[in-house]
Amino acid sequence: MGMDKTGAARGRTLWQLFLSTLYISAFTFGGGFVIVTFMKRKFVDELHWIDEKEMLDLTALAQSAPGAIAVNASILVGWRVGGLAGMAVAVLGTILPPMAILTVISFFYAAFAANRYVALALRGMQAGVAAVILDVVFSLGEKVVKERSALSMALMLAAFAATFFFKVNVIYIILTAALIGVGKILYLRRGTKGDRT
Amino acid sequence: MILLQLFFSFVQVGLFSIGGGYAAMPLIQAQVVDAYQWLTMGEFTDLITIAEMTPGPIAINAATFVGIRVAGLGGAVVATLGCIAPSLILVSVLAKLYYKFKGSRGLESVLGCLRPAVVALIAAAGINILINVLFGERGISLAAVDWVGACLFAAAFFALRKFRCNPILVMSLCGAAGLCANLLIG
Repeated sequence: MGMDKTGAARGRTLWQLFLSTLYISAFTFGGGFVIVTFMKRKFVDELHWIDEKEMLDLTALAQSAPGAIAVNASILVGWRVGGLAGMAVAVLGTILPPMAILTVISFFYAAFAANRYVALALRGMQAGVAAVILDVVFSLGEKVVKERSALSMALMLAAFAATFFFKVNVIYIILTAALIGVGKILYLRRGTKGDRT
Repeated sequence: MILLQLFFSFVQVGLFSIGGGYAAMPLIQAQVVDAYQWLTMGEFTDLITIAEMTPGPIAINAATFVGIRVAGLGGAVVATLGCIAPSLILVSVLAKLYYKFKGSRGLESVLGCLRPAVVALIAAAGINILINVLFGERGISLAAVDWVGACLFAAAFFALRKFRCNPILVMSLCGAAGLCANLLIG
């Protein structure tokens, strides 16, 4: 689980965490959900540091807290993998690439923004980004469907409709889903009073 | 003095932008254009274009860009630190609480309901990007489809699902292929 106690192994884990977040951040164009899907591929599927449900929980937390989702997600992943040091390393890895790139660009930004070749390459990359996100969505969605829970299916469809068709603010969607979860546990507990968790 | 102003301006951006990049934009504008006039509205629009064309969160991009223009590299560091300071504090508290109560039935019930919603939110973000790839600003119709983008998407999706290719490699190849294809077509 990347939680080795020996100093050398811990150093290796932190270094790998730093490189992973640096690499993901340097190549992730688009909003916070894009970086979260790349993190899932890296930390869940490839390195097996975090399990899939936990990654979804961390995504929800990153989304509900103020600030950039990418930074929030790296704080959570870093904390999980290496505590306070992990957090520092992951955040550094996440903010260094945009800082370096923007520093360079700020000196000739007008030429960059108007460059036709840059724009064409970026359009092509967007097609790849859409494919990466939808690939992850297919894998995650499959699991929700396999749960065979009517509530989970209904929540997934309702949340999709709310954000995609009705443009409801993401925060309200997360709060509503959380409240439904609170309602569910209160409902289940009715019969079993005194059964503390 | 200017460094302090930069720091606290971006603390406000970091603290009040809930829900990601697009929520941060009006806040950044309020600070750097309206309150302090560090950028003109034209420069701010350029900044948003650049932020969308480069990796990284919009708020971090903006902090670096504004910081450099106002006070050089030190300004960029101070503004970026201001931007992430609220996250560092609030999210590490959230992380502590999450790992403390993880496994309790109450939290599991709440998270069990959050997970399908999060999958849906990611799906919507992906479909919105796909729509932009296929139709751009032209509106959804068969005549408006960008076939280069459609082919790239289909090839990339196939490579990812069938062969579990490295996503960053797939994305970079799409960029190169998109550039070549569009240059060849004209």
